[in-house]
Amino acid sequence: MEASTARRVGSSLAIVIWLLALGVVALGLRRWMPPLASEHGAGIDAMIRFSMSAVGSLILIGHCVLGYFLWRFSRQDKISFRLAGHHLERRWSLVAALLMAAIAEGGVLTLGLPVWAKVYDTEAPSNALPIEVTTEQFAWNVRYAGPDGVFGRTSPKLITLDNPLGVDAQDPAGKDDVIDLNVIRAEVNRAVKIRLRSKDVLHSFFLPNLRVKQDSVPGMTIEFWFVPNKTGTFELACAELCGLGHYEMRGLLVVLTTEEFQKWLQEKKNG
Amino acid sequence: MGEMSRAVHEPPTFLRRYVFSTDHKVIGIQYLITAMFMAIAGGGLVALMRMQLAWPGTKWAWLGRIFPDGMESGVMKPEFYLSLMTMHGTIMVFFVVSLGLLGGFGNFLIPLQIGARDMAFPVLNMLSYWTIVPACLVMLGSFWVEGGAAAAGWTAYPPLSAVRTALPGSQWGQTLWILGMALFIASFTMGGLNYVTTIFDQRTKGMSMMRMPLTIWTMFIASAIGLLAFPPLLAAAVLLLFDRHGGTSFFLPSGLYFGNQLLPNSGGTPLLWQHLFWFLGHPEVYVLILPALGITLDLLPVFTRKPLFGYRLTVYCLYAIAALSMIVWGHHMYVSGMSPYVGEFFAIGTLAITVPSTIIGVNMIASLWGGTLRFPTPMLFVIGAIVFFGTGGFGGIFLGNATSDIQLHDTYFVVGHFHLMIGGVTLMAMFAGVYYWFPKMFGRMMSERLGKVHFWLTFPAFYAIFLAMHYQGLAGMPRRYYAFDKYEYLQWLQGSHLHVSLAAFLLFGAQFLFLYNFFRSVFRGRKAADNPWNAATLEWSSPTPAPHGNWGEHLPEVHRWPYDYSVPGATGDCTPQTTPASVAPVTF
Repeated sequence: MEASTARRVGSSLAIVIWLLALGVVALGLRRWMPPLASEHGAGIDAMIRFSMSAVGSLILIGHCVLGYFLWRFSRQDKISFRLAGHHLERRWSLVAALLMAAIAEGGVLTLGLPVWAKVYDTEAPSNALPIEVTTEQFAWNVRYAGPDGVFGRTSPKLITLDNPLGVDAQDPAGKDDVIDLNVIRAEVNRAVKIRLRSKDVLHSFFLPNLRVKQDSVPGMTIEFWFVPNKTGTFELACAELCGLGHYEMRGLLVVLTTEEFQKWLQEKKNG
Repeated sequence: MGEMSRAVHEPPTFLRRYVFSTDHKVIGIQYLITAMFMAIAGGGLVALMRMQLAWPGTKWAWLGRIFPDGMESGVMKPEFYLSLMTMHGTIMVFFVVSLGLLGGFGNFLIPLQIGARDMAFPVLNMLSYWTIVPACLVMLGSFWVEGGAAAAGWTAYPPLSAVRTALPGSQWGQTLWILGMALFIASFTMGGLNYVTTIFDQRTKGMSMMRMPLTIWTMFIASAIGLLAFPPLLAAAVLLLFDRHGGTSFFLPSGLYFGNQLLPNSGGTPLLWQHLFWFLGHPEVYVLILPALGITLDLLPVFTRKPLFGYRLTVYCLYAIAALSMIVWGHHMYVSGMSPYVGEFFAIGTLAITVPSTIIGVNMIASLWGGTLRFPTPMLFVIGAIVFFGTGGFGGIFLGNATSDIQLHDTYFVVGHFHLMIGGVTLMAMFAGVYYWFPKMFGRMMSERLGKVHFWLTFPAFYAIFLAMHYQGLAGMPRRYYAFDKYEYLQWLQGSHLHVSLAAFLLFGAQFLFLYNFFRSVFRGRKAADNPWNAATLEWSSPTPAPHGNWGEHLPEVHRWPYDYSVPGATGDCTPQTTPASVAPVTF
């Protein structure tokens, strides 16, 4: 009686576990990530694809083996193997350890960290477009340095409702700055160098299509750069809890052609 | 003589026996039931969240009557959603899983499995429980103060948590959160010291460290890393309290601008909190998952009738995980603004943890090889824990890797990952443990039929919910969002919120089956035999349920490791740890 129950339950568990593995893999084969629109993003996608394939295979193998063991060993009334010797234990552990080290550490060392280093440890190209983004509950203040490439001085003491960044009107460097709200405009295939600041709490500058994410931290100015390589409008999401409007702190990145971008900048300055 | 008198003198009054008890078994059960009560609260909070995500902005008039502030006229406010989310996380991590696994099983099992009459410090043990009760009340009560419960996430990142005008929940709710956490940490420290001391000092004759069941090993290691990691969080919480109420600037830099006002703070940095929080926070997940793995590993031999595969290596791997867990906290901060060079170190360190973890996982599966598998309810949950440990663990390969974390950080991928691990593995192990040790606790068996239904509802629902979240995260869906209707790139996922919510309601509902089974079986369950599972570990050598002092006149003597099943030449397929080598050969 007990034995037949064990057989039934073991088989059911095995089948469910096999089906789960198939579900994981079937879902994993679908395209989930938003369409890519940046140069460095290809490296991040390659890293994720590598992990998806490796982990997908391991999940498939793991579930198959577990299911098979449940199937097979729920069918016997006497044990067929008792205690492994130290040698056998060590050998199996070594196989597991080496495989995992190769996948996890191998992946991060060969595919991951080179991309990481390129994103964070290299200087932006000299023609990069400097844009300052200052976050606040629940908006993105965008400022372009203008032709001189220098941002005008700001001070929190000067912040008013009309001057949300606290721009110092006395500073000549600020004369040609262009200020905008919630929309960042950039040129396709030209690096954008973001200077990220925050007025109040933590926020996070997340461009899902461009594989860019960076927290903004009050008291810090964080610089990073990326190259948008597709024209179009991409959504900018806040990815660090910032208060009750966190879910609607939406911005846009509009990637224009060079002509369109220059035209817009000109219009903005004249207007 | 002293031993004997302790064994017979049971406390005379009801109050000393069941309420202010110093008996580790009573305290363990108190912890367990408290954790179950808190789990209903934590689950209820998430049920409300999932209602909002499945049907955003819907009017629930009856809920408006229960929460007149948070759901005024029945529609959930964003700030209330954030309170629900924050308190769900806090309650589940600290007040359900920590309480259930370490407080509940730790207290109940440590003396019984090492052959001690009680904990090393029984009064401290009682104090530890009675410190956690006010902590629970403070946490739950914070929903009813002005501004509602804390809402800055269970991570409580400043400035959101430090500036009282930043968020409604950052008024009194956050202060109470700090108070509740301080009480919790005080209680955990008392418990942890007690566990480590008891395991070092109170083992019975013959119970060498390498003869301890893995449950005890994992409790020991988890307590040790908890003792090292919790004090920094307490220090950080006190600093946060000063920032909030004392005008200090530990976490607050100059230039903060809130509500048309420049704050006077200067000199601090929000990143300091993140470092202090995760210096606890990462070891904490191992504090939770290691005992769950210990229980899983310990139950495997019982239901396969053969020894565990790789006991010794598992112990070494536990040490390796514990050591590594203390130096990888920065993987929560890859995009926080921390130096990217440090990120490289944390990525390599974090992924090193996959190696000992994989060995433990392989040992679990290999332990099934050649056994005679039987599936009473505890074994079903053991298999569930193994599956979640495998599937959930693999998510760590994506998140520990700084490069893929750029995209996946703070998305639902993270939510899916940690729920499978410190939600799923722990929950499965706790259920396995309750079904398994219930007879030891109450002298009765839980209903097998209800237990099986409970498993077959819980396991697939849990898997479906948190697997789906991994894919939502790959699609770039940020976590901690009150609604997902503002972003075009997330529109195509709308249907999945409903599916996840329905599975979540099923999961939540199924747990009432468990509660019914538990409380009914305390009084009406079938009477249990002394050793109902025919198990070899020491706790089953005492009468069931175990009396005050656990053993009669003499403490048991241990002659072998805890997994001597199907010993060749022995009578029966189970050779208890108390069987001398002259009766049956020792095989390890």
